[in-house]
Amino acid sequence: MSEFPASAKCVVIGAGIVGNCLVGHLTKLGWNDLVLLDKGPLPNPGGSTGHASNFIFPVDHNKEMCLLGVQSANQYRDLDLSVDSGGIEVARTQERMDELQRRMTSATAWGVEAHLLTPEEVAELVPFVNTEVILGGFYCPTVSVVDSLETGTVMRRLATDNGCRVLANTEVLDIVTEPGPNPGDHTVKAVVTDAGTIETEYVVIACGVWSNRLANMAGAHIPLVPAVHQMADVGPMDILAATGNEIGYPIVRDMDTFCYERQTAGSMEVGSYAHRPIFHHPDDIPSNEEAALSPTEMPFTPDDFDPQMEQAIELMDMLGDAEIKYAINGLLSLTPDAMPCLGEVPEVRNLWSAAAVWVKEGPGMAQVVAEWMTFGYPRVIDAHGADIARFYPEERPDEHIWARSAEHFNKTYGIVHPAEQWESRRNLRVGPYFSRQEDLGAFFFQARTWERPQWFESNADLVERYGLSEREVEWDNRWWSPITNAEHLNLRDNCGLVDLSAFQIYELAGPGAVTYADRLAVNKIDVPVGRSIYTPWLTPDGGFHSDLTMMRMGEERVRIVTGVFDGGRDEFWVRRHMPTDGSVSFANITDDITTLGLWGPNAPAVLGAICAADLSQAGSSYGSLVEVELDCGTGRPVPATLFRISYVGDTGWEIYLAWDDGPAVWDTLTRIGADYGLRPTGGGVYGTSGRLEKGYRLMGAELESEYNPLEAGLARPRVKAADFIGKEAYLAAREAGDPEVQMCVLTVEDLHDARGRKRYMQGGNEPILTGDGNRIVDSHGRVSRVTTAGPGPSVGKHLLMGYLPSELAAPGTELQVMYMNELFPVRVAGTGAVFDPDDARMKS
Amino acid sequence: MRILCCVKRVPAPGAKINVTADGLAVDAAHLGFTTSPHEECGVEEAVQIAERTGGEVTVLTLGPTEAAEQLRYAASVGAHHGVLIQTDGSAWDPQRTARALTAAIQSLEADGGVFDLILFGNESADSGGFQVGVRVCHALGRPIVNGIKGIEIEGSGVRARREIDGGFEVYEVDLPAALGVKEGINLPRYPTMRGRLASKKLEITTLELDAGAGDQALVRLHRPAETVSQTVILGDGPDAAPAAVDVLEALGVL
Repeated sequence: MSEFPASAKCVVIGAGIVGNCLVGHLTKLGWNDLVLLDKGPLPNPGGSTGHASNFIFPVDHNKEMCLLGVQSANQYRDLDLSVDSGGIEVARTQERMDELQRRMTSATAWGVEAHLLTPEEVAELVPFVNTEVILGGFYCPTVSVVDSLETGTVMRRLATDNGCRVLANTEVLDIVTEPGPNPGDHTVKAVVTDAGTIETEYVVIACGVWSNRLANMAGAHIPLVPAVHQMADVGPMDILAATGNEIGYPIVRDMDTFCYERQTAGSMEVGSYAHRPIFHHPDDIPSNEEAALSPTEMPFTPDDFDPQMEQAIELMDMLGDAEIKYAINGLLSLTPDAMPCLGEVPEVRNLWSAAAVWVKEGPGMAQVVAEWMTFGYPRVIDAHGADIARFYPEERPDEHIWARSAEHFNKTYGIVHPAEQWESRRNLRVGPYFSRQEDLGAFFFQARTWERPQWFESNADLVERYGLSEREVEWDNRWWSPITNAEHLNLRDNCGLVDLSAFQIYELAGPGAVTYADRLAVNKIDVPVGRSIYTPWLTPDGGFHSDLTMMRMGEERVRIVTGVFDGGRDEFWVRRHMPTDGSVSFANITDDITTLGLWGPNAPAVLGAICAADLSQAGSSYGSLVEVELDCGTGRPVPATLFRISYVGDTGWEIYLAWDDGPAVWDTLTRIGADYGLRPTGGGVYGTSGRLEKGYRLMGAELESEYNPLEAGLARPRVKAADFIGKEAYLAAREAGDPEVQMCVLTVEDLHDARGRKRYMQGGNEPILTGDGNRIVDSHGRVSRVTTAGPGPSVGKHLLMGYLPSELAAPGTELQVMYMNELFPVRVAGTGAVFDPDDARMKS
Repeated sequence: MRILCCVKRVPAPGAKINVTADGLAVDAAHLGFTTSPHEECGVEEAVQIAERTGGEVTVLTLGPTEAAEQLRYAASVGAHHGVLIQTDGSAWDPQRTARALTAAIQSLEADGGVFDLILFGNESADSGGFQVGVRVCHALGRPIVNGIKGIEIEGSGVRARREIDGGFEVYEVDLPAALGVKEGINLPRYPTMRGRLASKKLEITTLELDAGAGDQALVRLHRPAETVSQTVILGDGPDAAPAAVDVLEALGVL
């Protein structure tokens, strides 16, 4: 028997599908001093893998979830531990039929074979379906059923054959950290188990439903909750047994009842996401010894399942007379935003999370984490949506996790609009103008934790002024208002005031601040004090990690301003790469500063009424920072930093103020601005229509780690001398010549669908197709799809952004976009702005 | 034929059974509940007899409100009526339980006629007192045979088989009578989905009866020391041979 390992390069905790695949992938990438441990026995230690339904429906609207699902399915196939059973999502309502059209669109985007079926065609594939209750189906022949336990065993064996040591029945009691390397930092040191202590450099928590408990041992958080997913095995049924197979019929997802029916040999497994949310604290999950079945197969609560039984019998009458042989409240992991938790945790260096991952995406996500640990960022896909650093502190407590998970559990099979807003846990973070905005009838969108007005009902009068109207189809109109277009046009005609308090603002200070800032950024930060720099931050492989603004505030002071969706990731990136020589200090000053955007042709006049400084292009040039005082009539001058910049395409400023000074400035600007047509203006203009008309890229939409600045059209003519993260890859990309793809703006030339209704793409990854209707895929396998869609009120077109191969990027090129499974003609406008392409308005 | 089956709601434990801090109960925090296994077989037997004879099955239990779950489960596999003697959930000793059951049976029989056959589980899965059925029948003045693994209704009597070393004892008893059945007498069916849904409509008769505590008191529960065993997979096929040799050497058998 081998001795207990005293040390290891990396300890992976949890031998479910994720932990096993992780040690396998790490081994493939050259790691050999690994330890994999689990508190349960092998091969089924009692986690969620052991009772998983083990099927993969490859189509998801979300890119990460879909492509990592496909990638995972292929890994199972490569091991010959997968069967393509096919699967059908059936619709009982017209609304669901519309959703299936959207599924077809996503299937096209991601290159997954799919077909829409009539009820009779469904019955040809699954003869025991009651065609009376369905309107149709969405069929994917590549839906697969996998053997997750055996896959785990194979991947584990790959690792053990290369030196990985495996400890079953070994429980972690503590994860020990030590302070440093910078003040406030903590770094992993050892894992304490009931069999001994392992000194280690890296720890990965792949413990499924127990993950947050393990993270808490190290003072960190993995925001997930163990949640019940009920399932019952009923049978035997002759028609199923006659197949002679584990799975002989396609799996049926009864989408409108949030249930599925999946054959398991002679029986049928009925699973539900329709019952009330039932959550458990990790400490309340029984041990292997205490559990009647396994820890994550908790006692069935039949009352919760009864309605699903009725619906299941309605769909498949034969189920009614089948015996319920096995029924559990199976546990799985849910997170506050329904995305996994991957990557290094922000609280502790070298402590990694590979959690909230289901069997359907386990192997792919394990590969993501293995690559991330090896190369500094994942290669297989951009994983920013799953990056555990995305969470703000307000998103980590149980109160938030439970509330949000409760809200989205019943949406597992739900029809979720791309712009859908949360109902629970609102108003976590609000700007200093919140009460004023409420009085103006602001319709708030929440960006992670921050409330931002999307439009203002107080501007409803502008809708009539500009002759605007609601959209014809409810889906297109949902989470949208013509007021946003009215605000846009008013800004172009007059002036708009935009609350930008959700900006995440950090400062680097100290003798090494500028040097360090230059190490983060592609563009040169060592510029004169008072200048700003819009710049990408790259991953080591030269793709986008971030895209933001840095400001040279002083000789030894650099401010970083980034978007609220990226604040967590960006703060972590800064802290993680900080020099350890004490030459730089970091401060998050988000709570100290509020920002107002003032744009439009009347912006200089409005601001000039309360600011004596020279606001001409000479006195406040584009891209410059000017310290001024504003007269709000209080007798006390209000200090402000004017940053002449625009994300909407009209002249004006971002005005940086002390948080407490914000309301007085808001009040003064709106009072004075009334004579200039100033209106409070929402995020619909700032984030979508104004931005789109200018072709401005957005991190997380156009900009991902899979693309580089050349492809995004953000490369500058020269590369700075100073070193920066990703420089080598960036130089190589430049030397390789013209980029294969280019970020383009496209106009939709005809919005009418086959029924004559005007439709409006939402920016939900709609595929851009050739005139022949073929997918456009580059040599890296990247598909051309809509990254942002929205109105261009000033150009009279619905606008799209997306990457296109250079040969298709020429202005005037005619292509098609698929939306709701219909094709609409689009034309390439170019790689830049469709409105005021010379930026004359901004620099006037 | 009128058949009564008495069942008990008991925890469905794993390998390790936790005891509450005061030592007076099983800690059921992580546990589901089920019908005591002998009694689950009793319900199945009662339903089968009723199916053969055209009779009706009444299931009687004593316990907290939640014990209705066990009555519904019985209904989901074919029982016709459910009666709950409601308690506050505390453990009742066998004498107290037997007195309450006796009173309930007398009340039910006064309303609907004598039960031709009463089935008990041989003993409960949790407390295992082996007493309640005998005490009830003694009070009712009705014959009872325990340890039964086979039942045949023959005319106005019942032929019951009890397993003994090397064979069976066969009892012929006139009805009305009671039997204490053992697991193995049959293979209980699982409920069907329709059965489960139908059981939701079962009207449960709730009785509040208390005959006062008996003379038996639980002092405390004691969990014996655990014997931990661990399985280590040494490998697959011929590759596992060296590790197997190591183990055999360590055991001193090579």
